[in-house]
Amino acid sequence: MAAAPMLELREVRKSFGPIEILHGIDFALHPGEVHALIGENGAGKSTIMKILGGFLPPTSGQVLLEGRPVPYASGAQAEAVGVVVIHQEFNLAADLKVSENVWLGRELGRVFLDHRAMRAGTQALLDQLDSTISPDARIRDLPVSDRQMVEIAKALSRKARVLIMDEPSAVLTHKEVEVLFRQIDRLRAQGVAILYTSHRLEEVTRLADRLTVLRDGAVVRRALRGELTEDGMATAMVGRDLQDIYPARRHPMGEIALDVRGFSVPPLVQDISFTLRRGEVLGISGLVGSGRTELAEGLVGLRPAAGQVFRNGASVHIRSVREAAAHGMAYLTEDRKEHGLLLDKTLRENLTLSTLPRFGSPFISAAREETALTEAIRDFDIRAPRRDMAVGNLSGGNQQKLLLAKTMLSSPEVVIIDEPTRGIDVGTKSQIYAFIDALAAEGRSVIVISSDMPEILGLSDRVLVMRQGRVAGELDGERICEKAVVRLVMGTAEEPAYV
Amino acid sequence: MSDAAVQKPARTAQLPGLSALGPLLALILLVVLGAFLNDNFLSQGNITNVLARSAFIGMIAVGMTFVITSGGLDLSVGSMAAFVAGVMILAMNALLPAMGVGVPLILAGMAVALVVGLLAGLANGLLVTQARIEPFIVTLGTMGIFRSLITWLADGGTISLDFAVRQLYRPVYYSGLFGIAWPILVFAVVAIAGQIAMRHTRFGRYCEAIGSNDKVARYSAVGVDGVRLMTYVLLGLLVGLATIMYVPRLGSASGSTGTLWELEAIAAVIIGGTALKGGYGRVWGTVVGVLILSLIDNILILADLVSPYLNGTIQGVIIVLAVVLQRGKSSA
Repeated sequence: MAAAPMLELREVRKSFGPIEILHGIDFALHPGEVHALIGENGAGKSTIMKILGGFLPPTSGQVLLEGRPVPYASGAQAEAVGVVVIHQEFNLAADLKVSENVWLGRELGRVFLDHRAMRAGTQALLDQLDSTISPDARIRDLPVSDRQMVEIAKALSRKARVLIMDEPSAVLTHKEVEVLFRQIDRLRAQGVAILYTSHRLEEVTRLADRLTVLRDGAVVRRALRGELTEDGMATAMVGRDLQDIYPARRHPMGEIALDVRGFSVPPLVQDISFTLRRGEVLGISGLVGSGRTELAEGLVGLRPAAGQVFRNGASVHIRSVREAAAHGMAYLTEDRKEHGLLLDKTLRENLTLSTLPRFGSPFISAAREETALTEAIRDFDIRAPRRDMAVGNLSGGNQQKLLLAKTMLSSPEVVIIDEPTRGIDVGTKSQIYAFIDALAAEGRSVIVISSDMPEILGLSDRVLVMRQGRVAGELDGERICEKAVVRLVMGTAEEPAYV
Repeated sequence: MSDAAVQKPARTAQLPGLSALGPLLALILLVVLGAFLNDNFLSQGNITNVLARSAFIGMIAVGMTFVITSGGLDLSVGSMAAFVAGVMILAMNALLPAMGVGVPLILAGMAVALVVGLLAGLANGLLVTQARIEPFIVTLGTMGIFRSLITWLADGGTISLDFAVRQLYRPVYYSGLFGIAWPILVFAVVAIAGQIAMRHTRFGRYCEAIGSNDKVARYSAVGVDGVRLMTYVLLGLLVGLATIMYVPRLGSASGSTGTLWELEAIAAVIIGGTALKGGYGRVWGTVVGVLILSLIDNILILADLVSPYLNGTIQGVIIVLAVVLQRGKSSA
């Protein structure tokens, strides 16, 4: 296509501390085109979107708007010149009405707000979108898909020249996705440059005029419409050798430690069945929102659930974390800052929180706690400048090791670890993998939930893939391969023919 | 960027040590000021008077420390004290014909006070943990309910303890052991037990954990609702205990008994360095806070320097200052 790029990255690099995330990206959005950016989690998509939208400055390289360096240094300034980002976590004030949100920060009227004009303007935008949402509805009362529509209306009202959409379809139903696509087509016809990301490859095929595949912070493939099949996209996204940061697996497995039958965690997770043996590592893969975390939280009593669970053959009903611990089960949360650790408390207080009764009754023995901390620091290689520091000041890797140490204090036989290495550097990752391997070697059963494909493949004896709250498939032994998992995760086609 | 992130914690980690001493320094300053302004200030009579008056608020404030530390609040304690006092006196008067004037009657009255306090605290706690209503709203509601109930029980006037019983009961406030008044002794025991409970028992640790982040506490097998409920029950019991020490002082209760006690108790907790948003509690700080508030009152009356009517102004300034200092600490 001949049109000059509207928004362009040239040789853009981005580093966080000593770690470079983006390695010299060239990327351009053209007017009247939908450009899809795809890649696995952590490939660098969101960093690119943040740089384009003015939320992050590049470490080096240029960001050009119509050939000149961009005149903005923040998301708000970018919006003012028509570069609008629709975030996955919506930027809507939940207690305000739809029309108030659409005009937020640019309200009409001088001294008094011109409610009528803003309401009419919002109605017109929503009509354009074929949406039946009332301009007077509160965001709080709207379903997620409607909120998405409000975000789009808001973007339209800003006369967007560039629209950056971060997985807009992830929260929409099939019918709503169709409406979204029509709107994207319409905006494209009007000459808007659109960046579209999605994990659903069929959407990319349907929408994208241009396609860029990202892997490990570098562009690995560029294609125009029709040049790449969905299979080709998956291969391009994946195409990576498993590094030897993973331990050599294969431990002798014992009898069945956990047997889950027809397990449901309303409203999302339906009818899950699986077994887990002693010494086994079961990987659970699936998109964010596929119900993996809900399943785990249901199993340890953090969410109301229904179905049968057998521990070592005996039926158990677990309604709280305490009961889970009594049955030898522990869950290590994916959200260590919000659910895992007390960030303003010291290492010692965090380490012993879930097993405090073991440290003396009625009085807690500080000496015993200190001993436990010394052991944890040694066994889990926690590197803290000071023992009495707040854990919020530890690095992510050391926080994760502390959380692991805390979880293991109760000596659980079944350990569910949710996103064991999210936001953690490679060195610490391999340590954590070694811990997980050691757990299995000791005869414990481990469930690893992860969005990191190599991690799932490198750690698991068996892989359970979840999609939309159900088991999409199970792979074991030789059948565990990245392509097979990706297909099940995406739900693209039947399982491929294996060699 | 990463350098700044590494250096910052070292500085904030040292700060609490110094700022924790702030209230203590203020207290010492007040004592020195008081001694300087009036010779009678350090007399045993005056010290006993100040401490004994502090004792009621003090016991309640110790309980309040646990409630606030776990992220709650209780506005109802002043009204609750009045209500408990009223019910206690009515019960003793009613039991008088059957039991006669004697120690058993006093003990029965005390039991009634503790049970009513416990039930009132239980009501607050259940509304917060089971009905999941904001503590502010729950206790704003029960504050009005208790206040209106005591006014109704007193029929707008005063409920008085039978004169003979009052004579027997008086020593509980006015006498003591080894020259130390009973309310002071009881307050001291409550404060020490509270300090130990906060620092060295699971209950205290759980309160801090829940106030710090109740989701983390829940994910860590802490019975969040149970601990929260316990804080309100404990506070109710301590209100009962404070009332037991208070009733012999005047021997009566009315619609204006315990007015604004809740605010004094909350103020003492905050001045003492407990975080209003929860997560960190300091019982000895609360004791210091209570003493600061009563000393200001006492000094103003003794010194004749500023009108005692300005007492509230000075207390208010100190409360605001304490919170400003706290905020400076947390945002550093």
